Amino acid sequence: MLIKIGKKSDLKESEVTPQSLFDQRRQFIKKAAGYSVAAATLSLPFSAMAALNLNPFQKENSSLSDELTARKHVVSYNNFYEFGTDKKDPAAHAGSLKTDPWSVTVAGECAKPGVYALEDLVKPHAFEERIYRLRCVEAWSMVIPWIGFPLADLIKQMQPTSKARYVEFTTLHDPQQMPGQKRSVLDWPYIEALRMDEAMNPLSLMAVGLYGEVLPNQNGAPLRLVLPWKYGFKSIKSIVKIRFSETQPRTTWNLSGPGEYGFYANVNPEVDHPRWSQSRERRIGEFRKRKTQMFNGYAEEVAHMYRGMNLKRNF
Amino acid sequence: MSFKWYLTWLFKPLLFVVCLLPAVLLGYDAYTDALGANPIEEISHITGDWSLRFLLITLTVSPLAILFHARWLNRFRRMLGLFCFFYVCLHLANYVVLDQYFDWPEIYKDIIKRPYISVGFAAFVLLIPLAITSVDKLVELMGKPRWLKLHQLVFVCAVLGVLHYLWVVKADILEPGIYGFILIVLMLFRVWHRRSQANVKV
Repeated sequence: MLIKIGKKSDLKESEVTPQSLFDQRRQFIKKAAGYSVAAATLSLPFSAMAALNLNPFQKENSSLSDELTARKHVVSYNNFYEFGTDKKDPAAHAGSLKTDPWSVTVAGECAKPGVYALEDLVKPHAFEERIYRLRCVEAWSMVIPWIGFPLADLIKQMQPTSKARYVEFTTLHDPQQMPGQKRSVLDWPYIEALRMDEAMNPLSLMAVGLYGEVLPNQNGAPLRLVLPWKYGFKSIKSIVKIRFSETQPRTTWNLSGPGEYGFYANVNPEVDHPRWSQSRERRIGEFRKRKTQMFNGYAEEVAHMYRGMNLKRNF
Repeated sequence: MSFKWYLTWLFKPLLFVVCLLPAVLLGYDAYTDALGANPIEEISHITGDWSLRFLLITLTVSPLAILFHARWLNRFRRMLGLFCFFYVCLHLANYVVLDQYFDWPEIYKDIIKRPYISVGFAAFVLLIPLAITSVDKLVELMGKPRWLKLHQLVFVCAVLGVLHYLWVVKADILEPGIYGFILIVLMLFRVWHRRSQANVKV
């Protein structure tokens, strides 16, 4: 049993977890126990998965019925251009990605730079389950039960200096393992970044699993970011480098289309993509489109970070 | 039996069935829930792909007929062109019915505000007179020169169709690029052919 010392910013489970979900918790633990046995027999990199600290977390909006997106869709419909630009490509081609062993380089403005084995990087952190909405910039969305730990915990572990104003993340660049990188569709390697306060926000999640299992390769194994209030492309996958920086890093989609993909990329139904509307979205598995919510429904947790900013200009 | 008999009673029906296959497969996949996580998007991609393919195949017929001195090939052109229109109609119906669910204000906004939809819709509108005047009676009524002039519009449709595709992709322009390249080759062939014909006359 893991003991967590509550922070002021923590949401009380009783406040945020709907009864139905809370009731499912035991069922989930049973299921997860089965999964962790499977993980052990397959000798997957996360022996820590056995010690899952399950804390179903969901900021429920009463006007939404956020049913989980079927697992088969979550693992078969992916934008992960490193494996091809068709959404079926990642599931078909991500088998060539080797996630064990895996190491992450930590660099820049921090007290603990170095090359960390993935196990060492994640070991100090308690895993929890978080059910998040995912809104793609292409106007479709999913609801996914992730497993991971707060990005803030990882950042604190690295002890950033006072100069660290941004955090930059880099995806693996290896065309042998990632055949999509043989074509320069994007400027490889894929780079994403956050302002420090965004990275420290309690919603920012370092994910290592979904649906009670280790992340499938096509979903960004073995380590990815999940930022539910931003368009999906900000949630960078298969991370090999984390760098603390004083200046705003250049990010991949922003370089590819500066007028279309901003640094912030916050979900915003008021600001259309230059070529299509962002006011509605199709939830995978549903027929009719639904209205997109400001900050993807997470305004309460994140809106304060952008107060006073012109969100039309800083899209 | 003559070659003409085979053409009318064997090759043409066969071609008809082949051209219908993508639609049949699509229907089957839809029925068996094999269109993946986002079936409406998948239907849009498949019908859009086949619209452009049939348009380019149609435009390939006369160059082939010229190059291989096989004028009989031209007898397939109308059917191929009408199949292009058929897939365009499916593509549009999928957008109106499944994607937007008859949300006319939203559809109107799309056509006005979104360049890729504007050009796609323009291509559809321009294809309508071509499809209507494909009937023998109307060709006669219009007279061949006027009919030919009207049907030059197909090149405008093709350019708009490729633009429609090019402007919707996010970063990977390979496929629309291939369609565009084929279209340019087909148009250059016609320029070259017209020039060489003119030279012969001199």
